[in-house]
Amino acid sequence: MTTKLGRQTFAFQTKPVLIGHATVAGPKEAQGPVGSYLDKVFPDLVMNQASFEKAEQLMMKTAVEIALEKCSLSKEQVDVFVAGDLLNQIITSGFTALKVGAPYLGIFGACSSFCEGLFAAGLLVDSGAAQNVVSATSSHNCTAERQYSYPTEYGAQLPPWAQHTVTGAAATVLAAQGSGPRLELATVGKVMDLGIKDPFNMGSAMAPAAADTLITHMEDTGRKPGDYDLIVTGDLGKVGREILVELGQREGLDLSSNYRDCGELIYSKEQMENAGASGCACVAIVTLGLLFNQNYQRVLVVATGALHSPTSYQQGDSIPTIAHAVSIEFS
Amino acid sequence: MIFIGGFLTAIGVFDRIARHAGAGSAIPVTGFANSVVSAALEFKREGFVLGVGSKMFIMAGSVIVFGVVTAFVVGLISALI
Amino acid sequence: MGSYLTAFLVGGLICLIGQLLFDLTPLTPAHVLVLFVVAGGILGGLGLYDPLIKFAGAGATIPISSFGNALAKGAMAEAARSGPIGILTGVFELTRTRHHRLDNLRLFLRPAL
Repeated sequence: MTTKLGRQTFAFQTKPVLIGHATVAGPKEAQGPVGSYLDKVFPDLVMNQASFEKAEQLMMKTAVEIALEKCSLSKEQVDVFVAGDLLNQIITSGFTALKVGAPYLGIFGACSSFCEGLFAAGLLVDSGAAQNVVSATSSHNCTAERQYSYPTEYGAQLPPWAQHTVTGAAATVLAAQGSGPRLELATVGKVMDLGIKDPFNMGSAMAPAAADTLITHMEDTGRKPGDYDLIVTGDLGKVGREILVELGQREGLDLSSNYRDCGELIYSKEQMENAGASGCACVAIVTLGLLFNQNYQRVLVVATGALHSPTSYQQGDSIPTIAHAVSIEFS
Repeated sequence: MIFIGGFLTAIGVFDRIARHAGAGSAIPVTGFANSVVSAALEFKREGFVLGVGSKMFIMAGSVIVFGVVTAFVVGLISALI
Repeated sequence: MGSYLTAFLVGGLICLIGQLLFDLTPLTPAHVLVLFVVAGGILGGLGLYDPLIKFAGAGATIPISSFGNALAKGAMAEAARSGPIGILTGVFELTRTRHHRLDNLRLFLRPAL
């Protein structure tokens, strides 16, 4: 049974196990530091599909299939499939759910979907009602560009604080028993908005949400940053991470020693475009690939997302953002 | 220039040049060609009528509209003077 | 040589203004291009763009501002010729390209038609 700690944190009493996971990505990610941890690499962004959208669906489906294969489960044994992505009406998730065939819960947290999905899956398994829950997320550079900014061949000069959307997908299988990392706590974020209007400046917009969730998490649990081997944020990038460290300092949160941002970890220095990477898959690939292979005992993953749309931006609204945190224990 | 802009967009080179050139490639009429061709290429997946046809001017449309509106106002003023 | 230099400098200056607007203001590329087209139209209406073209040649005709100038000039010219309705009918007059070779072809084919 899940219990509540403080204002926003939930503790999973049975600590659901991540019995399987899989990450897939495109060529750029494969050439980066997490390339060797990927379960499958697609050689280009089209992946022999009729559209970038279909390519993204292929990635998510592949991630789910590999994850299930790793824990010897069939699609019929999946109790619930939780998925989210960046596209309108989360079509990647819906169309992949059609192929998976399991009962489906679509979620939208933009780039915070990875942790939002783990939270939902954790609740389902911890309740005792579900045995195996699959949680997946994906992002694709071209589908995101097409929808949020410009046609892919358009010659726009991006500002230095812009980020590059990762092309990739990840799936995790959560179960009540088994061996693997365990889901311990989750802090559900509140939507924050400090007035940033520039959709190319995601980092600055999301840093306050990450700060709020982190501070609340520490208050709810009575922990300190030092209680974790590593704290990662999803995709604040170079600009956002500095803002987060400063915001944290003001509230007495010391993030100077064990905090990294996945948007800076997924690409090498030579590959780095502007301020870093973003996209639902960014935090997922770095966490499941890099962090799971490091002999850590406990990590806090804070996925950050921007909840605007091209319409809201064009109508002059600023960018509301959110951050969800998930604490994972390794035995 | 329009042909050059369109051609470079079609072979996927224009956006790489534009990253360094900025306004240098956007302000000349090459930028106009790039905006139309890139949109046409992008939305071909949505078909010729609903995709290419309705969305190819998605970036250039406001330039055309405001150009015509300005010309209209200027022409009107000049006709009245 | 001189005309190449002025074309380069004027064209470059116009683009420089554009780049400054890109970098220093929250205006999007679309906003900046619209501003240039409107500016070209207004300058054309005031009779100030043609002297610039005479001075800088391609340096003034290649930027998108010349599109605004062409539209405005077309509207004004047709309005002077056929009255107010010309404002609408003449807008695209100067932006049509002249197909000299096609005109010759037409002349050539006329006896056959």
